[in-house]
Amino acid sequence: MFNYFANPTRFLRLTSKLQPFAMIVTLITMGAGLYYALFQSPPDYQQSETVRMMYVHVPAAWMAMFCYVTLAASSAVALIWRHMVADIVAKSTAPIGACFTFLALATGSLWGKPMWGTWWVWDARLTSVLILFFLYLGYMVLYNAFDEPTRGARAAAILAIVGVINVPIIKFSVEWWNTLHQPASVVKLDGPAIHPSMLTPLLLMAVGYTAFYFWVLFIRTRAELNANKVRALRIRQAEG
Amino acid sequence: MAMKRKHRRLSFIALGLLFLGSAAALILTAFEDNIVFFHSPTEITEKFAKNELKPTQRLRVGGLVEEGSVTKTADGATNRFKVTDLNKSIVVEFRGILPDLFREGQGIVAEGRYNNAVFIATEVLAKHDETYMPPEVAEALKKSGQWKPAAKEK
Repeated sequence: MFNYFANPTRFLRLTSKLQPFAMIVTLITMGAGLYYALFQSPPDYQQSETVRMMYVHVPAAWMAMFCYVTLAASSAVALIWRHMVADIVAKSTAPIGACFTFLALATGSLWGKPMWGTWWVWDARLTSVLILFFLYLGYMVLYNAFDEPTRGARAAAILAIVGVINVPIIKFSVEWWNTLHQPASVVKLDGPAIHPSMLTPLLLMAVGYTAFYFWVLFIRTRAELNANKVRALRIRQAEG
Repeated sequence: MAMKRKHRRLSFIALGLLFLGSAAALILTAFEDNIVFFHSPTEITEKFAKNELKPTQRLRVGGLVEEGSVTKTADGATNRFKVTDLNKSIVVEFRGILPDLFREGQGIVAEGRYNNAVFIATEVLAKHDETYMPPEVAEALKKSGQWKPAAKEK
């Protein structure tokens, strides 16, 4: 399967078909999700209307981790099998994941002030997510820090793989240590602790965020592959 | 030969992750006391009894606001309440505005100093649990006796 996608032309052909599909899913689920989240879902018994922050914050935090796992996995594939398309997927995922992480941190802060009484605390959950954000930034800086692009790609891939240790720490931080952040509501062993009328818009938003990631990923990877083609043509032209 | 190099890289990465993972686990276990955001009233009273914590140290206590314990002191601006982990409780005094979620039975975290059996807080943060539901559902659960208070709060 790795070899099948290692062919950029095949990858371009496949993603050109998937891209409009991802766009349509994004627009429909995000539109419906936002409508449910802001107008059709009930207020919370404790947090009243402020709970609506959840529909933006929680999927962003999920995607922050999802993108990081994708980044680390495709970095490993690129490093082990010298897989060019995997390298481009990793490179294109990093800024998207960084944006999701920033969104999770920013909305979490806006939510924390009215509910907890503080914008920020150094508890295990918040701190580990901030480290995730720095890992994304570090990956992007390292990738572009070398004159020779392949060396940058390899160094950044190693950083991405090392940083994957942070992902289980984020996930289980709220169970291993006392934190101000509450434990997981949806992804837990004894089923979600969230009423169906609130779970529905949350899951719609989660699908929307995921489809949005793939939509942007396809745009970015295609642009990257085409830029590579242009570069190769230029070099051939210059060599006459 | 090419196959062999791939396998070498794969096992190198797998081994490296294993080592790093164990190192991270050891470090996090060793620094557990510094990573926890707050201590329970039981831990605090025990550590003070053993002199592991001192009245000059800033620390955080977390637990539930004990039912019926919230009062104001004579100056009218200082809140006085008990924080409990359902085993031990600690008297907390806080001069300032309490967060909206503050109420009896609610999880809170207070930061300050513990001296002469009174915790003088400089900041009180509210904690909420992972349960989300509409107010009508919460009302119905309370009526039918299915309501479980946040007893598992650490």
